[in-house]
Amino acid sequence: MKLKLLAPCAVLAAGLFAGAANAGEVTVMSWGGAYTKSQVEAYQKPWMAATGNVVNSVDADNPASPIKAQVEAGNVSIDVADVEYSDAVRLCDEGLLESIDASTLPAAPDGTPAADDFIEGALTECAVANIVFSTIYAYDTTKFTGDVPTTIADFFDTAKFPGKRGLRKGAKANLEIALMGDGVPAADVYAMLKTDEGVARAFAKLDTIKNDVVWWEAGAQPPQLLADGEVAMTTAYNGRIFGAAVGEGKPFQIVWDGQILDFDLFVIPKGAPHLDLAMDYLRFATDTQQLANQAKWISYGPARKSSAPFVGLYQDGKTEMGPHMPTSPENMTNALVNSFEFWADYDTELNEKFNAWLAGN
Amino acid sequence: MSDQAASAGTAVLTTADGMPLKAAQARAMRRSRIRALVLVLPLLAFVFITFVMPIGQMLYRSIHNDSFSANMPNLVRYFADHEELGVPDEEGFAALAADLAAAAKAKTIGEVGTRINYEISGSRSLFTSAGRRAATLRPPYKQAVIDLDQAWADPELWAVMQRAAPEYTPSFYLAALDLTYGENGAIVPVPEDRQIYVALFIRTIWLSALISAFCLVLAFPIAHLLATLPLRYSNMLMIFVLLPFWTSLLVRTTSWIVLLQSQGVVNNLLVAIGAIGEDGRIQMMYNQAGTLIAMTHILLPFMVLPLYSVMKTIKPSYVRAARSLGANSWTAFWRVYFPQTAPGIGAGALLVFILAVGYYITPALVGGSSGQLISNLIAFHIEKSFNWSLAAALGALLLFGVLVLYWVYDRLVGINNMKLG
Amino acid sequence: MSVLSPAPHASPLERIWHYAYLLICGLIFLFLISPILIILPLSFNAEPYFTFTSKMLSFDPDGYSTRWYDRLLTYGMSNPDAPRDGAWWLDVWNNAQWVRAARNSTIIGVASTILATVLGTIAALGLSRPEMPFRRLIMAALISPMVVPLIITATGLFFFYSAVGLAHTYLGIIMAHATLGIPFVIITVTATLINFDHSLTRAAANLGASPVTVFLRVILPLILPGVISGALFAFVTSFDEVVVVLFVADFNQQTIPRQMWNGIREQISPAILAIATILVVFSIALLTTLELLRRRSERLRGVSPA
Repeated sequence: MKLKLLAPCAVLAAGLFAGAANAGEVTVMSWGGAYTKSQVEAYQKPWMAATGNVVNSVDADNPASPIKAQVEAGNVSIDVADVEYSDAVRLCDEGLLESIDASTLPAAPDGTPAADDFIEGALTECAVANIVFSTIYAYDTTKFTGDVPTTIADFFDTAKFPGKRGLRKGAKANLEIALMGDGVPAADVYAMLKTDEGVARAFAKLDTIKNDVVWWEAGAQPPQLLADGEVAMTTAYNGRIFGAAVGEGKPFQIVWDGQILDFDLFVIPKGAPHLDLAMDYLRFATDTQQLANQAKWISYGPARKSSAPFVGLYQDGKTEMGPHMPTSPENMTNALVNSFEFWADYDTELNEKFNAWLAGN
Repeated sequence: MSDQAASAGTAVLTTADGMPLKAAQARAMRRSRIRALVLVLPLLAFVFITFVMPIGQMLYRSIHNDSFSANMPNLVRYFADHEELGVPDEEGFAALAADLAAAAKAKTIGEVGTRINYEISGSRSLFTSAGRRAATLRPPYKQAVIDLDQAWADPELWAVMQRAAPEYTPSFYLAALDLTYGENGAIVPVPEDRQIYVALFIRTIWLSALISAFCLVLAFPIAHLLATLPLRYSNMLMIFVLLPFWTSLLVRTTSWIVLLQSQGVVNNLLVAIGAIGEDGRIQMMYNQAGTLIAMTHILLPFMVLPLYSVMKTIKPSYVRAARSLGANSWTAFWRVYFPQTAPGIGAGALLVFILAVGYYITPALVGGSSGQLISNLIAFHIEKSFNWSLAAALGALLLFGVLVLYWVYDRLVGINNMKLG
Repeated sequence: MSVLSPAPHASPLERIWHYAYLLICGLIFLFLISPILIILPLSFNAEPYFTFTSKMLSFDPDGYSTRWYDRLLTYGMSNPDAPRDGAWWLDVWNNAQWVRAARNSTIIGVASTILATVLGTIAALGLSRPEMPFRRLIMAALISPMVVPLIITATGLFFFYSAVGLAHTYLGIIMAHATLGIPFVIITVTATLINFDHSLTRAAANLGASPVTVFLRVILPLILPGVISGALFAFVTSFDEVVVVLFVADFNQQTIPRQMWNGIREQISPAILAIATILVVFSIALLTTLELLRRRSERLRGVSPA
């Protein structure tokens, strides 16, 4: 009785493996949603067409988490992952990533070597940045007809702008936003957060809206929360809001005041199964033209200076991408660059305080 | 089992082949015990390999953490020889310098820094930056290292390092109970703004108990109805119970979000019929209420099915007899029917409670901040903060609590009486 | 006399209570079923969000579309816009992520259920004997997978499997799911065996049957309802399991719940509602068929349990 069922199962199983045998394969992990789509269109499909290899695209809430587990267990299945800066530094320090030699990366079209072409800070020992993204806040324009929110302090003003707020669950970015909303200039934020008084001040500011907060964890949630009408304003990754507003025609508006810029970088976990193909993919994807192309699909700035002139229209053929970039001059009036060093040091303590604050009343 | 050739009058009974009866019976008993054991053995081996060993290994992590001891051998040896907790002399700093240089080269310095960072923030970059310059250090080491960063002269730092040196440590269990080492190595509570775990344990147990109670109250009437209806009707109604049970947990949770959010179906309905105003929408989602409602719904079938299977075996003649003896319907129910359902209630309540305590997906999706349970924090430490030892310690405490409960249940009701229909 | 009408000897208060009781039961059934009913119309939402848009509420046909059912077939394909001929369907079979997830879920579910049922039934035979030594301890050990929080199990399994090379394999996941389903099989089969009349086995042995024959021809047919019930629980546990798969499976072994998790967090795609609707319809069909078969066998036997 058991044997009769095993045979067809074995045949099915064999059939499953038939397809994957011939071409080379890399597994690329990213954050999902519109962001993964932009990478699929701008990097993965062209590379597959150019080399004949296959890219398996997988998603995670935070690609850094599976990397540590896999490398420590000695069982790595991811070849290339897209991670945040502080995670890239942390994982590199712990020896969990392969080193990437910047001299092997392609030069800019005018001959500038890659090490000079990338924006400052975009290249580290184990990681190559692909985009500059920003944590901003956005609101639903149909909710506010008279005065509209324009500054980061307005996010905390529930009297003038009633409604719930969305915040990413975690200490990162929230503490900085709280201080900036309380009037601290961007340049002083991290110095203040290193002191106990600064942290207390940040939590006090967050306390003023705590009961009105809906906490999100995945990048695709903020647009969903706005669309549901569950929140009136929410922090989000700017590209996701752009995708919802321009791509799907939702009435969302981004407020750039108090934005927090960060890099997303490609890393290769130590012991990746297809190291050579992974390096090839990485070199291809961080080339000038490809980085400019991803801006066609989502409003994230390319990490190379030489890509800027090639940034043109959105895939709908009408919208100029320039003004939607985090690095565009008119959006940079009150911007903060995320300090990876600060977070690599303090995230244990601050996340614990955050969890305690969250769990308490 | 075999013939009894008992000759009347002899002192000892024997079997046909001359063996004393008692011995023969004992042998037969042994054989059937071994047979029973052999039947169970394959499964036991399977569960041991696929479950007990992995869990044991995971829990081992809760007391075993060699991030420091494996990578800083000289310092470990130094600490073993010297008792005092404080800033050491030149020999200690020499050991530190040697270890820093070796660890920086082997790229393990980050791991060491992270371990100390659990207790003193900022240690991470202290260690990594010292590691980068360790190769240039020359004696006198004490002065050289303190010149790198004043923090190396902090006695607190050295106390923490000394405590982190052994492979086996109880500090993760202490952290899991919101305790830490204070000034002189005494155990003190953690500062108030970092105390979470005990409160979360209490909240988890309280919410799980509440969910079990809700499930019991809701399951009892419908289990009774299903048990007393004729089979053709009860099987059709059973679909109402089985269908949610078979629908994916994720889908059910998402449905509840759609139903209960402030612009959701329920609120819209209430506003449409005028029961509440536009501003008076009830907050049932992303808070404790959301966790309670969603988890009660998800765990309800686990309460209904054991109750149903027990109620099916209760003969209606008992209640009728009680009524005919003069009891009113409440007394008949409470004193005759209800006690007979006790095994079902026990099995269902235990099952629901245990499942509720360990759930993490539903609270993660609908709980907001006030509806988080301890399992969410365990997941946080595994996936985000990578502090696996702490996650293992929290898990061990949770497991211990559940096993105690299970033991209590076994004493009161007995595992053998558990039925699932 | 049906249980739906109050007993003839009921007092007026008891009558009121009786109807109130029926009303309460009705409300509880509504509570149980309403989330399932909600997903059916939502799966036809034209927009990629989990809300009832105003177009949907006013029954505007523009608000509805079958795009998510289509997405189930096309998501992950290398060439979704090609004409829908034989090659397109082959592409679906090979590459569409939901189709792959459905295949994986079925294979893993069936295999782990068989493993759990066979091992569990044999073990239950031993456990139900009164002379079983250490019964309480062994029972506790076998039930423990149900007791340990799932996230601990998943992480422990990940590390252990990685060390022995079972991670990212079908065998590893099947074994893990079987372990999770075994407590259900044990509980149901032991419960059935406790009330089993062992004089039947003794009679069979007396007539010359070997122990295996006794098991297959006497015990098994009588405990079959319990075995099937346990197998069903085990299958549902495996089919719906997401935490272990999140840790232990890689890209090729994604199951339906894993894909759904993506659809809630990373993709926010109502495609998960489409597949849930399909599964719900399938379950209703299955349950109805089983009930009709049962009634038919009743008619054939001429027996009708009251």
